[in-house]
Amino acid sequence: MAIKQLTVFVPNRKGTIVAVTDILAKNNINMRALSIAETEDFGILRLIVNDETAAEKVLNESDYLIKVVDVVGVKIGDEPGKLTEALDVLDKADINVEYLYAFMARTEKHAYVVLRVENNECAENALTSAGFKLITEADVNKL
Amino acid sequence: MAQNFYQKEIETMSPEDMKKLQSEKLVKQVKHVYENVPYYKNLMDEKGVKPEDIKGIEDLHKLPFLTKADLRDAYPYGLLATPLENCVRIHSTSGTTGKRVVAFYTQKDIDLWEDCCARAIVAAGGSKKDVCQVAYGYGLFTGGFGLNGGSQRVGCLTLPMSSGNTERQIQFMMDLNATILCCTPSYAAYIGESLKEQGYKPEDIPLKAGIFGAEPWTEEMRRSIEETLGIKAYDIYGLTESTGPGVSFECSEQTGMHINEDHFLAEIIDPDTGEVLPEGEKGELVFTSLDKEAFPLLRYRTRDICVLSRKKCSCGRTLVKMAKPMGRTDDMLIIRGVNVFPSQIETVLLKEGYEPNYQIVVDRVNNNDTFEVNVEMTSEQFTDKVSDVLKMEKSLANAMKIMLGINPTIHLVAPKTIARSEGKAVRVIDKRKLI
Repeated sequence: MAIKQLTVFVPNRKGTIVAVTDILAKNNINMRALSIAETEDFGILRLIVNDETAAEKVLNESDYLIKVVDVVGVKIGDEPGKLTEALDVLDKADINVEYLYAFMARTEKHAYVVLRVENNECAENALTSAGFKLITEADVNKL
Repeated sequence: MAQNFYQKEIETMSPEDMKKLQSEKLVKQVKHVYENVPYYKNLMDEKGVKPEDIKGIEDLHKLPFLTKADLRDAYPYGLLATPLENCVRIHSTSGTTGKRVVAFYTQKDIDLWEDCCARAIVAAGGSKKDVCQVAYGYGLFTGGFGLNGGSQRVGCLTLPMSSGNTERQIQFMMDLNATILCCTPSYAAYIGESLKEQGYKPEDIPLKAGIFGAEPWTEEMRRSIEETLGIKAYDIYGLTESTGPGVSFECSEQTGMHINEDHFLAEIIDPDTGEVLPEGEKGELVFTSLDKEAFPLLRYRTRDICVLSRKKCSCGRTLVKMAKPMGRTDDMLIIRGVNVFPSQIETVLLKEGYEPNYQIVVDRVNNNDTFEVNVEMTSEQFTDKVSDVLKMEKSLANAMKIMLGINPTIHLVAPKTIARSEGKAVRVIDKRKLI
Protein backbone atom coordinates (compact mmCIF):
# COMPACT_ATOMS: atom_id res chain seq x y z
CA MET A 1 0.00 0.00 0.00
CA ALA A 2 2.81 2.36 0.95
CA ILE A 3 4.40 4.69 -1.57
CA LYS A 4 8.11 5.04 -2.25
CA GLN A 5 9.97 8.13 -1.18
CA LEU A 6 13.40 8.83 -2.59
CA THR A 7 15.69 10.42 0.01
CA VAL A 8 18.83 12.23 -1.16
CA PHE A 9 21.66 13.50 1.03
CA VAL A 10 23.19 16.79 -0.12
CA PRO A 11 25.65 19.17 1.49
CA ASN A 12 24.10 22.48 2.55
CA ARG A 13 25.80 24.51 -0.15
CA LYS A 14 24.79 26.67 -3.06
CA GLY A 15 23.90 24.69 -6.17
CA THR A 16 23.44 21.25 -4.65
CA ILE A 17 19.66 21.06 -5.12
CA VAL A 18 19.72 22.20 -8.72
CA ALA A 19 22.30 19.50 -9.44
CA VAL A 20 19.80 16.84 -8.32
CA THR A 21 16.79 18.32 -10.09
CA ASP A 22 18.86 18.73 -13.24
CA ILE A 23 19.72 15.01 -13.31
CA LEU A 24 16.04 14.14 -12.87
CA ALA A 25 14.98 16.59 -15.59
CA LYS A 26 17.56 15.28 -18.06
CA ASN A 27 16.21 11.78 -17.49
CA ASN A 28 12.64 12.86 -17.97
CA ILE A 29 11.64 12.11 -14.40
CA ASN A 30 8.75 14.13 -13.05
CA MET A 31 8.59 15.20 -9.44
CA ARG A 32 5.27 14.97 -7.63
CA ALA A 33 6.38 16.32 -4.31
CA LEU A 34 9.58 17.63 -2.80
CA SER A 35 10.42 18.51 0.77
CA ILE A 36 13.76 19.54 2.24
CA ALA A 37 15.00 19.21 5.79
CA GLU A 38 18.16 21.12 6.42
CA THR A 39 20.82 21.59 9.07
CA GLU A 40 23.77 23.95 8.98
CA ASP A 41 25.87 21.28 7.24
CA PHE A 42 23.60 19.17 5.12
CA GLY A 43 20.14 18.80 3.68
CA ILE A 44 17.96 15.78 3.11
CA LEU A 45 15.74 15.97 0.05
CA ARG A 46 12.60 13.86 0.12
CA LEU A 47 11.07 13.26 -3.26
CA ILE A 48 8.01 11.58 -4.66
CA VAL A 49 8.56 11.00 -8.37
CA ASN A 50 6.65 9.35 -11.18
CA ASP A 51 9.35 6.72 -11.77
CA GLU A 52 11.16 5.92 -8.53
CA THR A 53 13.25 3.04 -9.97
CA ALA A 54 14.65 5.20 -12.77
CA ALA A 55 15.33 8.08 -10.40
CA GLU A 56 17.17 5.80 -7.98
CA LYS A 57 19.27 4.44 -10.83
CA VAL A 58 20.37 7.77 -12.31
CA LEU A 59 21.15 9.31 -8.92
CA ASN A 60 23.11 6.23 -7.93
CA GLU A 61 25.13 6.53 -11.11
CA SER A 62 26.02 10.08 -10.11
CA ASP A 63 27.26 8.80 -6.71
CA TYR A 64 24.52 10.37 -4.64
CA LEU A 65 23.86 8.98 -1.20
CA ILE A 66 20.24 7.88 -1.47
CA LYS A 67 17.77 5.80 0.43
CA VAL A 68 14.32 4.65 -0.63
CA VAL A 69 11.82 4.48 2.20
CA ASP A 70 8.16 3.51 2.36
CA VAL A 71 5.88 6.33 3.39
CA VAL A 72 2.13 6.61 3.78
CA GLY A 73 0.26 8.76 1.27
CA VAL A 74 -3.21 9.89 2.19
CA LYS A 75 -5.80 11.88 0.26
CA ILE A 76 -7.55 14.68 2.14
CA GLY A 77 -10.15 17.26 1.21
CA ASP A 78 -8.92 20.70 0.22
CA GLU A 79 -10.74 22.48 3.03
CA PRO A 80 -9.72 24.01 6.37
CA GLY A 81 -9.40 21.40 9.09
CA LYS A 82 -8.94 18.35 6.89
CA LEU A 83 -5.28 17.82 7.78
CA THR A 84 -6.18 18.17 11.45
CA GLU A 85 -8.75 15.39 11.05
CA ALA A 86 -6.17 13.05 9.59
CA LEU A 87 -3.58 13.89 12.23
CA ASP A 88 -6.16 13.44 14.98
CA VAL A 89 -6.76 9.91 13.79
CA LEU A 90 -3.06 9.10 14.08
CA ASP A 91 -2.76 10.84 17.42
CA LYS A 92 -5.63 8.81 18.85
CA ALA A 93 -3.98 5.63 17.55
CA ASP A 94 -0.80 6.73 19.38
CA ILE A 95 1.18 7.00 16.16
CA ASN A 96 4.07 9.44 16.09
CA VAL A 97 4.63 11.36 12.85
CA GLU A 98 8.35 11.80 12.16
CA TYR A 99 7.72 14.33 9.42
CA LEU A 100 5.15 15.13 6.77
CA TYR A 101 4.66 17.25 3.70
CA ALA A 102 1.64 17.92 1.54
CA PHE A 103 0.88 18.77 -2.06
CA MET A 104 -2.19 19.80 -4.00
CA ALA A 105 -3.87 17.70 -6.63
CA ARG A 106 -3.74 19.28 -10.08
CA THR A 107 -7.34 18.77 -11.15
CA GLU A 108 -9.51 17.46 -8.35
CA LYS A 109 -10.22 19.56 -5.31
CA HIS A 110 -8.20 17.79 -2.69
CA ALA A 111 -4.66 17.47 -1.39
CA TYR A 112 -2.23 14.66 -0.64
CA VAL A 113 -0.26 14.29 2.54
CA VAL A 114 2.91 12.23 2.74
CA LEU A 115 3.52 10.86 6.24
CA ARG A 116 6.67 9.31 7.67
CA VAL A 117 5.80 7.14 10.66
CA GLU A 118 7.48 4.30 12.52
CA ASN A 119 4.94 1.67 11.52
CA ASN A 120 3.25 2.16 8.17
CA GLU A 121 0.69 -0.60 8.62
CA CYS A 122 -0.69 0.83 11.89
CA ALA A 123 -1.00 4.28 10.35
CA GLU A 124 -2.65 2.90 7.23
CA ASN A 125 -5.16 0.88 9.24
CA ALA A 126 -6.01 3.82 11.47
CA LEU A 127 -6.52 6.13 8.50
CA THR A 128 -8.58 3.73 6.39
CA SER A 129 -10.80 2.78 9.36
CA ALA A 130 -11.48 6.49 9.81
CA GLY A 131 -12.59 6.66 6.17
CA PHE A 132 -9.48 8.17 4.61
CA LYS A 133 -8.38 7.06 1.19
CA LEU A 134 -4.71 6.11 0.83
CA ILE A 135 -2.73 6.64 -2.33
CA THR A 136 -0.66 3.87 -3.88
CA GLU A 137 2.38 3.73 -6.14
CA ALA A 138 0.00 3.29 -9.06
CA ASP A 139 -1.81 6.49 -8.07
CA VAL A 140 1.47 8.37 -7.85
CA ASN A 141 2.51 7.22 -11.30
CA LYS A 142 -0.77 8.48 -12.73
CA LEU A 143 -0.65 11.85 -11.02
CA MET B 1 54.01 -25.48 14.73
CA ALA B 2 57.08 -25.89 12.61
CA GLN B 3 58.75 -22.57 11.95
CA ASN B 4 60.41 -21.90 8.67
CA PHE B 5 63.11 -19.43 7.97
CA TYR B 6 64.53 -18.16 4.73
CA GLN B 7 67.96 -17.38 6.17
CA LYS B 8 67.92 -19.15 9.51
CA GLU B 9 71.47 -18.35 10.63
CA ILE B 10 70.76 -14.60 10.36
CA GLU B 11 67.16 -14.65 11.53
CA THR B 12 67.97 -16.58 14.69
CA MET B 13 71.46 -15.21 15.34
CA SER B 14 72.35 -14.48 18.97
CA PRO B 15 72.22 -10.78 19.89
CA GLU B 16 75.98 -10.78 20.58
CA ASP B 17 76.83 -12.20 17.17
CA MET B 18 74.38 -9.79 15.51
CA LYS B 19 76.02 -6.85 17.26
CA LYS B 20 79.41 -8.02 16.06
CA LEU B 21 78.18 -8.46 12.50
CA GLN B 22 76.50 -5.04 12.52
CA SER B 23 79.63 -3.39 13.89
CA GLU B 24 81.85 -4.87 11.19
CA LYS B 25 79.40 -3.82 8.49
CA LEU B 26 78.88 -0.33 9.93
CA VAL B 27 82.60 0.48 9.86
CA LYS B 28 82.73 -0.49 6.19
CA GLN B 29 79.51 1.30 5.29
CA VAL B 30 80.62 4.58 6.93
CA LYS B 31 83.95 4.42 5.10
CA HIS B 32 82.15 3.74 1.80
CA VAL B 33 79.86 6.75 2.31
CA TYR B 34 82.61 9.10 3.48
CA GLU B 35 84.77 8.29 0.48
CA ASN B 36 82.04 8.39 -2.15
CA VAL B 37 79.30 10.79 -1.02
CA PRO B 38 80.63 14.37 -0.71
CA TYR B 39 77.24 15.51 0.60
CA TYR B 40 77.49 13.24 3.67
CA LYS B 41 81.25 13.77 4.02
CA ASN B 42 80.48 17.48 4.49
CA LEU B 43 77.93 16.67 7.18
CA MET B 44 80.48 14.49 8.99
CA ASP B 45 83.23 17.07 8.61
CA GLU B 46 80.96 19.78 10.00
CA LYS B 47 80.30 17.59 13.02
CA GLY B 48 84.01 16.77 13.32
CA VAL B 49 83.49 13.02 12.87
CA LYS B 50 85.97 10.92 10.91
CA PRO B 51 85.27 7.40 9.61
CA GLU B 52 87.90 6.02 12.01
CA ASP B 53 85.86 7.39 14.96
CA ILE B 54 83.24 4.76 14.16
CA LYS B 55 84.56 1.49 15.52
CA GLY B 56 81.27 -0.27 16.11
CA ILE B 57 77.56 0.26 16.60
CA GLU B 58 78.23 1.90 19.98
CA ASP B 59 79.63 4.86 18.01
CA LEU B 60 76.58 5.21 15.78
CA HIS B 61 75.23 8.17 17.77
CA LYS B 62 78.25 10.24 16.70
CA LEU B 63 77.09 10.32 13.08
CA PRO B 64 74.94 13.16 11.73
CA PHE B 65 71.33 12.52 10.76
CA LEU B 66 69.96 12.52 7.24
CA THR B 67 66.45 13.80 6.65
CA LYS B 68 64.01 13.78 3.79
CA ALA B 69 65.02 17.40 3.18
CA ASP B 70 68.61 16.21 2.56
CA LEU B 71 67.32 13.71 0.04
CA ARG B 72 65.45 16.44 -1.77
CA ASP B 73 68.45 18.80 -1.69
CA ALA B 74 70.69 16.09 -3.07
CA TYR B 75 68.22 15.08 -5.80
CA PRO B 76 68.94 13.27 -8.02
CA TYR B 77 72.58 12.12 -7.74
CA GLY B 78 73.87 13.84 -4.58
CA LEU B 79 73.72 10.75 -2.36
CA LEU B 80 74.76 8.22 -4.95
CA ALA B 81 77.77 6.27 -3.64
CA THR B 82 78.83 4.38 -6.74
CA PRO B 83 79.29 5.35 -10.40
CA LEU B 84 75.99 5.32 -12.27
CA GLU B 85 77.33 2.61 -14.57
CA ASN B 86 77.26 0.19 -11.62
CA CYS B 87 73.55 0.85 -11.05
CA VAL B 88 70.91 -1.29 -12.68
CA ARG B 89 67.65 0.26 -11.49
CA ILE B 90 65.94 3.17 -9.78
CA HIS B 91 62.76 3.42 -7.74
CA SER B 92 61.02 6.54 -6.58
CA THR B 93 58.58 7.79 -3.96
CA SER B 94 55.11 8.94 -4.96
CA GLY B 95 56.05 12.55 -4.31
CA THR B 96 52.71 13.37 -2.69
CA THR B 97 54.39 15.25 0.14
CA GLY B 98 56.82 17.20 -1.99
CA LYS B 99 59.56 16.61 -4.52
CA ARG B 100 60.21 13.06 -5.52
CA VAL B 101 63.02 11.05 -4.00
CA VAL B 102 64.92 8.73 -6.32
CA ALA B 103 66.80 5.71 -4.96
CA PHE B 104 69.45 3.79 -6.93
CA TYR B 105 70.24 0.07 -6.83
CA THR B 106 73.14 -2.08 -7.93
CA GLN B 107 72.42 -5.74 -8.66
CA LYS B 108 73.74 -6.64 -5.21
CA ASP B 109 71.41 -4.07 -3.60
CA ILE B 110 68.49 -5.70 -5.40
CA ASP B 111 69.60 -9.19 -4.40
CA LEU B 112 69.72 -8.24 -0.71
CA TRP B 113 66.39 -6.45 -0.95
CA GLU B 114 64.77 -9.50 -2.52
CA ASP B 115 66.22 -11.65 0.26
CA CYS B 116 64.51 -9.37 2.78
CA CYS B 117 61.18 -9.79 0.98
CA ALA B 118 61.74 -13.55 0.79
CA ARG B 119 62.20 -13.64 4.58
CA ALA B 120 58.84 -11.88 4.92
CA ILE B 121 57.08 -14.35 2.62
CA VAL B 122 58.53 -17.38 4.43
CA ALA B 123 57.59 -15.83 7.80
CA ALA B 124 54.02 -15.60 6.50
CA GLY B 125 54.10 -19.35 5.79
CA GLY B 126 55.19 -19.17 2.16
CA SER B 127 57.14 -21.90 0.39
CA LYS B 128 57.80 -23.09 -3.18
CA LYS B 129 54.40 -24.78 -3.11
CA ASP B 130 52.62 -21.44 -2.90
CA VAL B 131 51.06 -19.29 -5.58
CA CYS B 132 51.86 -15.69 -4.74
CA GLN B 133 49.70 -12.96 -6.24
CA VAL B 134 51.54 -9.64 -6.25
CA ALA B 135 48.95 -6.88 -6.53
CA TYR B 136 51.22 -4.01 -5.54
CA GLY B 137 51.90 -1.55 -8.33
CA TYR B 138 54.86 -2.43 -10.56
CA GLY B 139 56.90 0.52 -11.68
CA LEU B 140 58.68 3.30 -9.84
CA PHE B 141 56.86 2.18 -6.67
CA THR B 142 58.92 -0.43 -4.82
CA GLY B 143 56.01 -2.68 -3.79
CA GLY B 144 55.49 -4.72 -6.95
CA PHE B 145 59.11 -5.41 -7.86
CA GLY B 146 60.16 -6.03 -4.24
CA LEU B 147 57.59 -8.70 -3.43
CA ASN B 148 57.89 -10.14 -6.94
CA GLY B 149 61.62 -10.68 -6.38
CA GLY B 150 61.06 -12.12 -2.90
CA SER B 151 58.37 -14.46 -4.16
CA GLN B 152 60.60 -15.84 -6.91
CA ARG B 153 63.47 -16.31 -4.46
CA VAL B 154 61.22 -18.40 -2.23
CA GLY B 155 60.22 -20.36 -5.33
CA CYS B 156 56.53 -19.45 -5.29
CA LEU B 157 54.66 -19.41 -8.55
CA THR B 158 54.48 -15.64 -8.91
CA LEU B 159 51.51 -13.82 -10.43
CA PRO B 160 52.78 -10.35 -11.37
CA MET B 161 49.33 -8.77 -11.40
CA SER B 162 50.27 -5.20 -10.40
CA SER B 163 47.48 -3.15 -8.86
CA GLY B 164 44.02 -2.44 -10.25
CA ASN B 165 41.67 -4.35 -12.54
CA THR B 166 40.00 -6.07 -9.62
CA GLU B 167 37.90 -8.37 -11.77
CA ARG B 168 41.04 -9.81 -13.34
CA GLN B 169 42.69 -10.09 -9.90
CA ILE B 170 39.75 -12.17 -8.71
CA GLN B 171 39.69 -14.31 -11.84
CA PHE B 172 43.40 -15.19 -11.53
CA MET B 173 43.11 -15.69 -7.78
CA MET B 174 40.26 -18.17 -8.16
CA ASP B 175 41.42 -19.91 -11.39
CA LEU B 176 45.08 -20.31 -10.37
CA ASN B 177 44.43 -20.91 -6.66
CA ALA B 178 46.52 -18.06 -5.32
CA THR B 179 47.50 -18.79 -1.72
CA ILE B 180 49.34 -15.58 -0.82
CA LEU B 181 48.22 -12.05 -1.66
CA CYS B 182 50.63 -9.12 -1.54
CA CYS B 183 49.17 -5.61 -1.83
CA THR B 184 48.25 -2.53 0.17
CA PRO B 185 45.81 -3.22 3.02
CA SER B 186 43.21 -0.91 1.50
CA TYR B 187 43.38 -2.82 -1.78
CA ALA B 188 43.13 -6.14 0.09
CA ALA B 189 39.99 -4.82 1.81
CA TYR B 190 38.62 -3.74 -1.56
CA ILE B 191 39.33 -7.13 -3.17
CA GLY B 192 37.69 -8.76 -0.14
CA GLU B 193 34.57 -6.64 -0.51
CA SER B 194 34.39 -7.39 -4.23
CA LEU B 195 34.68 -11.14 -3.57
CA LYS B 196 31.93 -10.86 -0.95
CA GLU B 197 29.69 -8.96 -3.37
CA GLN B 198 30.18 -11.73 -5.91
CA GLY B 199 28.97 -14.23 -3.32
CA TYR B 200 32.31 -15.83 -2.35
CA LYS B 201 32.58 -16.96 1.26
CA PRO B 202 35.96 -16.98 3.05
CA GLU B 203 36.12 -20.79 2.69
CA ASP B 204 35.70 -20.51 -1.11
CA ILE B 205 38.79 -18.30 -1.39
CA PRO B 206 42.09 -20.22 -1.87
CA LEU B 207 44.21 -17.58 -0.08
CA LYS B 208 45.81 -18.50 3.25
CA ALA B 209 47.95 -15.45 3.92
CA GLY B 210 48.35 -11.84 2.91
CA ILE B 211 51.36 -9.54 3.14
CA PHE B 212 50.11 -6.00 3.33
CA GLY B 213 52.02 -2.76 3.68
CA ALA B 214 52.98 0.59 2.16
CA GLU B 215 50.29 2.45 4.08
CA PRO B 216 49.14 2.74 7.67
CA TRP B 217 46.45 0.32 8.81
CA THR B 218 44.94 -0.65 12.11
CA GLU B 219 44.34 -3.88 14.02
CA GLU B 220 40.60 -3.48 13.34
CA MET B 221 41.31 -3.34 9.62
CA ARG B 222 43.50 -6.44 9.95
CA ARG B 223 40.71 -8.40 11.61
CA SER B 224 38.20 -7.29 9.04
CA ILE B 225 40.48 -8.33 6.12
CA GLU B 226 41.28 -11.65 7.82
CA GLU B 227 37.59 -12.40 8.23
CA THR B 228 36.52 -11.43 4.73
CA LEU B 229 39.31 -13.32 2.97
CA GLY B 230 39.69 -16.16 5.48
CA ILE B 231 43.45 -15.56 5.83
CA LYS B 232 46.14 -14.45 8.23
CA ALA B 233 47.18 -10.91 7.37
CA TYR B 234 50.83 -9.96 7.91
CA ASP B 235 52.25 -6.48 8.04
CA ILE B 236 55.36 -5.52 6.10
CA TYR B 237 57.28 -2.27 6.42
CA GLY B 238 59.76 -0.43 4.30
CA LEU B 239 60.53 2.83 2.64
CA THR B 240 61.81 3.61 -0.80
CA GLU B 241 64.69 5.64 0.65
CA SER B 242 66.12 2.61 2.40
CA THR B 243 65.22 0.01 -0.27
CA GLY B 244 61.47 -0.71 -0.28
CA PRO B 245 59.24 -3.23 1.51
CA GLY B 246 61.03 -5.82 3.63
CA VAL B 247 62.96 -3.55 5.96
CA SER B 248 60.83 -5.32 8.56
CA PHE B 249 58.11 -7.96 8.46
CA GLU B 250 55.66 -9.77 10.68
CA CYS B 251 55.88 -13.37 11.81
CA SER B 252 53.20 -15.78 13.05
CA GLU B 253 53.00 -13.95 16.38
CA GLN B 254 51.64 -10.82 14.68
CA THR B 255 52.88 -8.56 17.46
CA GLY B 256 55.27 -6.29 15.63
CA MET B 257 57.66 -6.54 12.73
CA HIS B 258 61.13 -8.12 12.84
CA ILE B 259 63.66 -5.72 11.41
CA ASN B 260 66.18 -7.19 9.01
CA GLU B 261 68.83 -5.69 11.22
CA ASP B 262 71.73 -7.38 9.49
CA HIS B 263 71.01 -4.87 6.69
CA PHE B 264 69.21 -2.05 8.50
CA LEU B 265 70.39 -0.84 11.87
CA ALA B 266 67.52 0.71 13.82
CA GLU B 267 67.50 3.39 16.50
CA ILE B 268 64.72 5.27 18.28
CA ILE B 269 65.39 8.93 18.94
CA ASP B 270 63.63 11.82 20.58
CA PRO B 271 62.34 13.71 17.52
CA ASP B 272 62.90 17.07 19.20
CA THR B 273 66.39 16.65 20.66
CA GLY B 274 67.79 13.89 18.44
CA GLU B 275 68.88 12.01 21.55
CA VAL B 276 68.90 8.19 21.32
CA LEU B 277 66.18 6.63 23.50
CA PRO B 278 66.47 3.29 25.34
CA GLU B 279 64.64 0.17 24.13
CA GLY B 280 60.92 0.28 24.78
CA GLU B 281 60.59 4.04 24.58
CA LYS B 282 58.46 5.69 21.93
CA GLY B 283 60.19 7.97 19.47
CA GLU B 284 61.23 8.49 15.87
CA LEU B 285 62.59 5.50 13.99
CA VAL B 286 66.03 6.03 12.42
CA PHE B 287 67.69 3.58 10.01
CA THR B 288 71.30 3.12 8.99
CA SER B 289 71.93 0.92 5.99
CA LEU B 290 74.73 -1.61 6.48
CA ASP B 291 75.19 -3.21 3.06
CA LYS B 292 74.13 -0.66 0.49
CA GLU B 293 76.36 -0.03 -2.51
CA ALA B 294 74.42 2.55 -4.53
CA PHE B 295 72.24 4.46 -2.09
CA PRO B 296 73.52 4.00 1.46
CA LEU B 297 71.80 6.15 4.07
CA LEU B 298 73.37 6.71 7.47
CA ARG B 299 71.03 7.62 10.34
CA TYR B 300 68.09 8.37 8.09
CA ARG B 301 65.14 9.82 10.01
CA THR B 302 62.01 8.02 8.85
CA ARG B 303 59.62 10.36 10.70
CA ASP B 304 57.72 7.22 11.77
CA ILE B 305 56.92 7.13 15.47
CA CYS B 306 57.36 3.69 16.98
CA VAL B 307 58.84 1.47 19.68
CA LEU B 308 61.51 -1.27 19.44
CA SER B 309 61.43 -4.48 21.44
CA ARG B 310 63.88 -7.32 21.98
CA LYS B 311 61.41 -9.50 23.86
CA LYS B 312 61.74 -13.18 22.97
CA CYS B 313 59.47 -14.03 20.05
CA SER B 314 57.61 -17.35 19.83
CA CYS B 315 58.56 -17.65 16.14
CA GLY B 316 62.21 -18.18 17.11
CA ARG B 317 63.56 -15.11 15.35
CA THR B 318 65.95 -13.00 17.38
CA LEU B 319 65.71 -9.99 15.05
CA VAL B 320 64.60 -6.87 16.92
CA LYS B 321 60.91 -6.04 16.55
CA MET B 322 59.35 -2.69 15.77
CA ALA B 323 55.75 -1.89 16.65
CA LYS B 324 53.44 -0.80 13.89
CA PRO B 325 54.25 2.92 13.46
CA MET B 326 51.81 4.92 15.56
CA GLY B 327 51.98 7.85 13.26
CA ARG B 328 54.53 10.09 11.68
CA THR B 329 56.24 13.05 13.20
CA ASP B 330 55.00 15.08 10.25
CA ASP B 331 51.46 13.64 10.57
CA MET B 332 51.08 14.50 14.20
CA LEU B 333 48.79 17.40 14.87
CA ILE B 334 48.80 19.37 18.07
CA ILE B 335 45.24 20.50 18.60
CA ARG B 336 44.38 22.49 21.72
CA GLY B 337 47.67 21.25 23.13
CA VAL B 338 46.83 17.58 22.57
CA ASN B 339 48.79 15.27 20.22
CA VAL B 340 46.47 13.82 17.61
CA PHE B 341 47.51 11.21 15.05
CA PRO B 342 45.27 10.53 12.05
CA SER B 343 45.71 6.80 12.81
CA GLN B 344 43.76 7.30 16.06
CA ILE B 345 40.86 8.80 14.12
CA GLU B 346 40.97 5.81 11.78
CA THR B 347 40.86 3.37 14.69
CA VAL B 348 37.74 5.01 16.08
CA LEU B 349 36.02 5.05 12.70
CA LEU B 350 36.60 1.35 12.11
CA LYS B 351 35.44 0.51 15.63
CA GLU B 352 32.27 2.51 15.13
CA GLY B 353 31.50 0.80 11.83
CA TYR B 354 32.56 3.54 9.41
CA GLU B 355 34.82 3.25 6.39
CA PRO B 356 38.21 4.89 7.03
CA ASN B 357 37.40 7.71 4.61
CA TYR B 358 37.83 10.92 6.52
CA GLN B 359 39.43 14.32 6.51
CA ILE B 360 40.61 16.33 9.48
CA VAL B 361 40.25 20.10 9.20
CA VAL B 362 42.01 22.21 11.79
CA ASP B 363 41.77 25.97 11.95
CA ARG B 364 42.28 28.72 14.49
CA VAL B 365 39.41 31.06 15.23
CA ASN B 366 39.79 33.75 17.91
CA ASN B 367 42.98 32.07 19.16
CA ASN B 368 41.18 28.77 19.65
CA ASP B 369 41.81 25.67 17.59
CA THR B 370 38.81 24.32 15.75
CA PHE B 371 38.87 20.57 15.12
CA GLU B 372 36.52 19.14 12.55
CA VAL B 373 36.44 15.68 11.05
CA ASN B 374 34.56 14.99 7.85
CA VAL B 375 33.57 11.35 7.58
CA GLU B 376 32.04 9.58 4.62
CA MET B 377 28.98 7.56 5.56
CA THR B 378 27.79 4.56 3.63
CA SER B 379 24.38 4.17 2.03
CA GLU B 380 23.51 1.58 4.71
CA GLN B 381 24.17 4.16 7.43
CA PHE B 382 22.25 6.98 5.78
CA THR B 383 18.64 7.42 6.83
CA ASP B 384 15.91 9.84 5.76
CA LYS B 385 15.69 11.36 9.24
CA VAL B 386 17.77 14.41 10.12
CA SER B 387 17.70 13.42 13.78
CA ASP B 388 19.32 10.05 13.02
CA VAL B 389 22.19 11.66 11.13
CA LEU B 390 22.73 14.18 13.93
CA LYS B 391 22.69 11.37 16.50
CA MET B 392 25.34 9.45 14.52
CA GLU B 393 27.51 12.58 14.40
CA LYS B 394 27.18 13.07 18.13
CA SER B 395 27.97 9.49 19.04
CA LEU B 396 31.03 9.48 16.75
CA ALA B 397 32.24 12.74 18.34
CA ASN B 398 31.89 11.10 21.77
CA ALA B 399 33.86 8.04 20.70
CA MET B 400 36.64 10.32 19.41
CA LYS B 401 36.64 12.34 22.59
CA ILE B 402 37.22 9.13 24.58
CA MET B 403 40.16 8.18 22.32
CA LEU B 404 41.76 11.61 21.92
CA GLY B 405 40.75 13.58 24.97
CA ILE B 406 39.41 16.43 22.88
CA ASN B 407 36.06 16.86 21.21
CA PRO B 408 35.88 17.15 17.43
CA THR B 409 32.95 18.42 15.41
CA ILE B 410 31.87 15.61 13.12
CA HIS B 411 30.41 16.23 9.70
CA LEU B 412 29.01 13.19 7.97
CA VAL B 413 29.28 13.51 4.21
CA ALA B 414 28.34 11.46 1.15
CA PRO B 415 30.70 8.71 -0.11
CA LYS B 416 33.49 9.72 -2.50
CA THR B 417 33.16 13.40 -1.62
CA ILE B 418 36.41 13.75 0.31
CA ALA B 419 39.13 15.06 -1.98
CA ARG B 420 41.68 12.53 -3.14
CA SER B 421 45.06 13.24 -4.64
CA GLU B 422 46.66 10.57 -6.88
CA GLY B 423 44.30 8.06 -5.27
CA LYS B 424 45.45 8.93 -1.76
CA ALA B 425 42.88 10.71 0.36
CA VAL B 426 43.97 14.10 1.67
CA ARG B 427 43.72 13.30 5.38
CA VAL B 428 44.66 16.56 7.01
CA ILE B 429 43.97 20.17 6.18
CA ASP B 430 45.69 22.38 8.70
CA LYS B 431 44.68 25.93 7.91
CA ARG B 432 46.64 27.25 10.88
CA LYS B 433 49.85 26.90 8.91
CA LEU B 434 48.63 29.41 6.33
CA ILE B 435 48.33 32.25 8.85
